[in-house]
Amino acid sequence: MQSEAHNFKTAAKGAIADVNLQQALGNLETGFVAARARAAAGLDEFEAMRDAAVELKNHILANLDYYLARFEERVVAQGGTVHFCATAEEARQTILDLCRANGAKTVTKGKSMVAEEIALNPFLEANGIDPIETDLGEYIIQLAEEPPSHIIGPAVHKTKDQVSDLFHEHHGKYGKTERLTEPEDLVNEAREILRQKYFDADVGITGANFLIAETGSTIIVTNEGNGDLTQMLTPAHVVISSIDKVVPTLEDVSTILRVLARSATGQEMSAYTTLSTGPKRDGDLDGPGEFHVVLLDNGRSDLLGTNKQDMLRCIRCGACMNHCPVYLAVGGHTYGWVYPGPIGAALDPHFLGIEEAHHLPGASTFCGRCQEVCPMRIPLPEIMRHWREEAFEKKVGATPERLGIRAWAFFARRPRLYRLATRLAMRVLGRAGSVRGGRFESLPLASGWTRGRDMPAPEGRTFIDRWTAGER
Amino acid sequence: MNTNSNNRARVGLFVTCLVDLYRPTVGFAAVKLLLDAGCTVEVPESQTCCGQPAYSSGDRADTKAIARNTIAAFQDFDYVVAPSGSCAAMLKHHYPKLFEGDADWELRAKDLAARTHELLSFLTDVAGVTNVDVSWDGKVTYHDSCSGLRELKVKEQPRRLLSAVEGLTLTELPTAETCCGFGGTFCIKYADVSVEMVTRKAEDIRGTDADMLLAGDMGCLLNMAGRLKREGSEIEVRHVAEVLAGMTGRPSIGEAEQN
Repeated sequence: MQSEAHNFKTAAKGAIADVNLQQALGNLETGFVAARARAAAGLDEFEAMRDAAVELKNHILANLDYYLARFEERVVAQGGTVHFCATAEEARQTILDLCRANGAKTVTKGKSMVAEEIALNPFLEANGIDPIETDLGEYIIQLAEEPPSHIIGPAVHKTKDQVSDLFHEHHGKYGKTERLTEPEDLVNEAREILRQKYFDADVGITGANFLIAETGSTIIVTNEGNGDLTQMLTPAHVVISSIDKVVPTLEDVSTILRVLARSATGQEMSAYTTLSTGPKRDGDLDGPGEFHVVLLDNGRSDLLGTNKQDMLRCIRCGACMNHCPVYLAVGGHTYGWVYPGPIGAALDPHFLGIEEAHHLPGASTFCGRCQEVCPMRIPLPEIMRHWREEAFEKKVGATPERLGIRAWAFFARRPRLYRLATRLAMRVLGRAGSVRGGRFESLPLASGWTRGRDMPAPEGRTFIDRWTAGER
Repeated sequence: MNTNSNNRARVGLFVTCLVDLYRPTVGFAAVKLLLDAGCTVEVPESQTCCGQPAYSSGDRADTKAIARNTIAAFQDFDYVVAPSGSCAAMLKHHYPKLFEGDADWELRAKDLAARTHELLSFLTDVAGVTNVDVSWDGKVTYHDSCSGLRELKVKEQPRRLLSAVEGLTLTELPTAETCCGFGGTFCIKYADVSVEMVTRKAEDIRGTDADMLLAGDMGCLLNMAGRLKREGSEIEVRHVAEVLAGMTGRPSIGEAEQN
């Protein structure tokens, strides 16, 4: 998708004023956050499980080449094929070629953030292939022609009323003319319409939460079962995933599974954990005729050995955004690219360049809540800070802000000068403040502050000034 | 607690720039609490700021220069105490990281880090203070500032001392651990988002029906006081040290002396 990350500030303003969005975000905060807290508190070994998962991922990243080679070997042994793709473009073309080889006119799709990353749908459409999203959230935003706003709840920005309107508008062609309002009725209507699509599709595309080196299996973790139908009922199953998803053994997967759903939705386990191992074998009752794994790098391997390597531990649970006060104020679309929230702030600049994406790591208070809940203990604020350092070095971002910091630092580095300057400034501000009731409603150079808050006035003489004068 | 020949711990007060410039009362309150805890207190004049504005802006070179100044200013004390979780965490966790690979300064940064404490955590965890001889009649609520809470585990310490204040009742803020939206330069650079965050915070604060809002960091206090005042709220806003030291005679944050 075309990045709008540079537009963060304007988008944030619009998002804050959007009543529907604010209502939807409120639901997210009370739902996922409370559920994750219960799940974490309900399991004594939760913190130890996080540590085990972190250790496991670090081991994988140190041996990534080995496990990827092993995975490919096992996929091939099961009769499948692995397509390593260095770039998004290569991955799109590979998938298109596979679709064409199967004479595909329509493809069904399970939820995949990597598919979003490579902007697969518009590419398939431009090439005459109709992609149909089967995850309910993805289906909703496909109707609305919007990108996902959350990595596990793509349509969390929509209210129930907005979904009612969308279905009412788009389902008439299937003979569904009543505007439904109950969530259960809405889900049933979508299910009924999608059911036929599974049978019509020529290729089924899913993502993968894990790639198991030991068995050559891919795993999807879902709550709807749509992924199963997508991959079982089509002649060919194409898995689109990325190299950081490989895990040595099934046993290792269970280590991560135990923290994944608890962190994401607060469930102990998601409703479905589906393993796919190769195409249909002789004697199997069902399954796809072909099994392909398209494995994207897209610059991920460049992160290895850098101060941002920890990002590759991410298991895409979404806990960081559920708990982020900035995300909860502005929603996912404001971030302007595929991955929103703290994970996006730390990851998107790698894909887009810091010039385009500098606002994302910039727009954080470093409150640390994301790191606190990240099951993989990714030091998200620290990685955002590294991006800010890169932006500062490259002189990216507003010049007055950068010069302001340099000017302030000039004084802060020189204690005597700092004393002199602050003593004078605080006396002036203190006097001005005391005649205005102890606060300013507006101040030159601080309009950002005073737009929505008063600026409390300083008391007057500085502490050091009074202390050195002998006051105790 | 380490003590010197007079059997009193020698504490260097890292005033923090916001307390120094905005609210000296908090500095005097910290001094009183430290003296009452049996420490001697000195205030090195060569201190300025911990360097966070530069650090959070990605300006590593200026941050290091400011950090070297702080490290030098406080090298001789048994303890370094700051009335701020944010600034204390900067000295304690981030200075050593800044100088990784610079053997001499890394060692000095680690030495400072080991001696540095946030005020409330120092009083309770190090100095063993369990009681304060002050009273304040009314209902307060408390905001846990992010750095103190998450980087220094300051949570229960201020509550323990507040429970010793005669007449004071604490009503917990349901969103006490949610960021107020200050975030240093964030509150200016991303003012719209910051205002939205502090507006939600102010709503939650008003929902507690408290007479007074307390916290342990001036940045958050200025932000929350600024929003509450803009909304016309009567809730007093103070640093927790002011109440614990019995220094509530001064006007609260954002208020002036009555003429």
